[in-house]
Amino acid sequence: MKKILGITTLLFVVCVLTSLASDSFLSAYNLENLVRRTALFGIISIGVAFVIVTGGIDLSIGSVVCLVGCGLPWLLTTQGWSVPAALLAVTALSLSIGLFHGLLITKLKLPPFVVTLCGLLLYRGIARGFTRDQTVGFGSDFKGLRTLATGEIPLPFLGGFSLPAPWIFLLVVAVLAAVFLNRTIYGRYLLALGRNEEAARYSGINTDRMVILAYVISSGLAGLGGILFVLDVNSAQPVDFGNFYELYAIAAAVLGGCSLRGGEGTIVGVIVGAALMQVLRNMITLVTTHNNIEFAIIGAVILAGVIADELVKRYAIRRRAARALAAEG
Amino acid sequence: MTPPLLQALRLTKSFPGVRALKGVSLTLHPGEVLSVIGENGAGKSTLMKILAGVQTPDSGEIRLDGQPIELRSVHDAQKYGIALIHQELNLADNLEVAANIFLGREHLRWGLIDTQRLYREAETFLTAVGLEVHPATRVSELSLGQQQLVEIAKALSVQARVLIMDEPTSSLSSSEAATLFRVIRDLRSRGVSLVYISHRLGEVKELSDRVTVLRDGENAGDLERAEIHHAAMVRLMVGRDLSQFYAHEPHPPGAPVLQVRDLRTPANPRHPVSFEVRAGEIVGMAGLIGAGRTEVLEALFGVTPAVSGSIRLGGTDVRPESPEDAIAAGMALVPEDRKHQGVILEMAVRTNLSLASLRQDQQHGFLNRTREASLSEEMIRSLRIKTPSENQPVQFLSGGNQQKVVLGKWLALRPKVLLLDEPTRGIDVGAKHEIYRLMEELSRAGVAILFVSSELEEILGLSDRVLVLHEGRLTGELARADLSEEAVLHLATDTLPPDPVPASPAP
Repeated sequence: MKKILGITTLLFVVCVLTSLASDSFLSAYNLENLVRRTALFGIISIGVAFVIVTGGIDLSIGSVVCLVGCGLPWLLTTQGWSVPAALLAVTALSLSIGLFHGLLITKLKLPPFVVTLCGLLLYRGIARGFTRDQTVGFGSDFKGLRTLATGEIPLPFLGGFSLPAPWIFLLVVAVLAAVFLNRTIYGRYLLALGRNEEAARYSGINTDRMVILAYVISSGLAGLGGILFVLDVNSAQPVDFGNFYELYAIAAAVLGGCSLRGGEGTIVGVIVGAALMQVLRNMITLVTTHNNIEFAIIGAVILAGVIADELVKRYAIRRRAARALAAEG
Repeated sequence: MTPPLLQALRLTKSFPGVRALKGVSLTLHPGEVLSVIGENGAGKSTLMKILAGVQTPDSGEIRLDGQPIELRSVHDAQKYGIALIHQELNLADNLEVAANIFLGREHLRWGLIDTQRLYREAETFLTAVGLEVHPATRVSELSLGQQQLVEIAKALSVQARVLIMDEPTSSLSSSEAATLFRVIRDLRSRGVSLVYISHRLGEVKELSDRVTVLRDGENAGDLERAEIHHAAMVRLMVGRDLSQFYAHEPHPPGAPVLQVRDLRTPANPRHPVSFEVRAGEIVGMAGLIGAGRTEVLEALFGVTPAVSGSIRLGGTDVRPESPEDAIAAGMALVPEDRKHQGVILEMAVRTNLSLASLRQDQQHGFLNRTREASLSEEMIRSLRIKTPSENQPVQFLSGGNQQKVVLGKWLALRPKVLLLDEPTRGIDVGAKHEIYRLMEELSRAGVAILFVSSELEEILGLSDRVLVLHEGRLTGELARADLSEEAVLHLATDTLPPDPVPASPAP
């Protein structure tokens, strides 16, 4: 809880500072864009949070976004598939990618880093292959389908401000994810095995099955993200569509309180983390004249956040241990 | 009068949640063998690590030849001539004997290792410990007993005046142990002082000039040569009379609950074991470290499934391929490594207690939080788990209370068979007594209990029957009436007699 409070404060501070430094930050156009991007990144960040909770990592997210983001328009326009068939195909594809990762990691005991790093190279390569590295897009067609990402839901009582459609997806995903993680026995199993897989297994938990599930969720949400991203921007260039998105997602999850050691994380925190990442990127674009220092700033902020978290944790453990000793007498 | 060679005065040391040492003192005279004994968790290992510079004390003083010294690292300790031989040997077994003896102190010639000189000097130390192998032999080719002697040779090569040995015989055969004792006596006659730590009171009696007893991080008393008797040592170790400590009253066992026939574990596939445990019976499993006891429990519990053999539970054949299967069949395991396999340290007492029973209490996949809360409250009360609240992370509990959490987790499932692997390792005497009482209560309630222990007192005090393993095979079975330290050790260490004692086969 304290963690969410801390990160929310940080988000607020960055927002205030940016609005002071740049007039365009608070413009309706900019805000709406920011909120929309937050929703899109929030979805893929929640996905990777499940994997991080198990103590694993998923580096393939950006490439899954690319594969799905290029695959959907390619199937619809070049291959002439129907909308339901194409949606079903890319969804099934992303879920099977997660299953594939999960099986390699649990049954063959391959390190998650290696498996998903190979995925990162593999899926982008495949996307560049079947598109022949050409930009794919919807052009002026599929307006109805695109409303899923571009649409807006007018909000009562809030003046002219409306909620971007991806927020509906984010809210549904977030509620389901939060209920799953906190209210079901499977969520408890994930948290337990993330802390100590051996003890979880000795307690009769089928840890392999839970880990596989986490990777399926991660790739599945990356796939959903890919669909929404491409519907939002209308076209995708295979060479860089979704590039580095896994890092934004991982950073959002970590900033939001997921420990890379596993066993820890909240869905609300991850969403706030995703928002913070987007505001930081926005700030860099608006305030500085050159975008090329973006990674330096983001890297520095995340590092600072993680260091602060670790120091606070150590302090808390020491205090608690001292109190436990004092109580024993 | 000459000052003692080594003196520790009022040493204290705390770890998160535990006071391992609460002001322990120790005196070692030149040329004597001092045994340090105490139950698991009494603080022996911590004390030895401090004397060897592995850990630094929070307060207290160490004196060598009457002069205060500071031991900040193993290197410091070696400089003063203090060497520790760990229970788990610290040898690089991919290297030669000579390379191990001089690791980090190699003789060089023009920047290269002077192998001939290493071999020559290694030879003299090997002779001193009575080990007749060539210095170029790879350590991996030696037996555990021989490796132990290499460790001693290594200690001698740094001119050790004080040699600390932590349970050196826990994995040795009896002939290897005999060689070790000869070497120890020989070292003593040459003026080396030895601190000897062992659970085996028979050895302690045979070897020691004096005994220092620790209990719960404090000095419980010292015994001079003439006072070293079994009963006196045990009384100091547990702080009360033995009969009161192990309150086991055998009661007539019921029908066989767990029947194991020709079980072959992946670790010892050549030695099938067969035995049974009856309802309400407590069966102990004794043997040296590495005898294959844990492997049997883990095969029964499906952690590392058996290669072959049959397991019958309450008359039904079961084939546990995972702990999940074993639990469904009615088994529970309190594992050997509490911190890694038993509890999830960072999680709350409540979460740990409910972990195994979440599935049976679920409501269509959702957590039953009411049930979880009432369960943890009930377990904390009935097992007397000492914790400020059910939300306390388990890592801040003492070892004994952590172990009670592990037990509580299983009791919620009402197992028919309870397997325990070193259930009292690293916990204080009071908690130990409570764990024993709990095992007693469960056996009265008809639970079949099979436990592994390296503490002979525990095996002797609690068991209705004892199974003894040696190098993977079941070398014998002793009824309560035939139990004695000698009988157990004989079966646990000796090479098999030509006609092996058959274990009672499952019907």
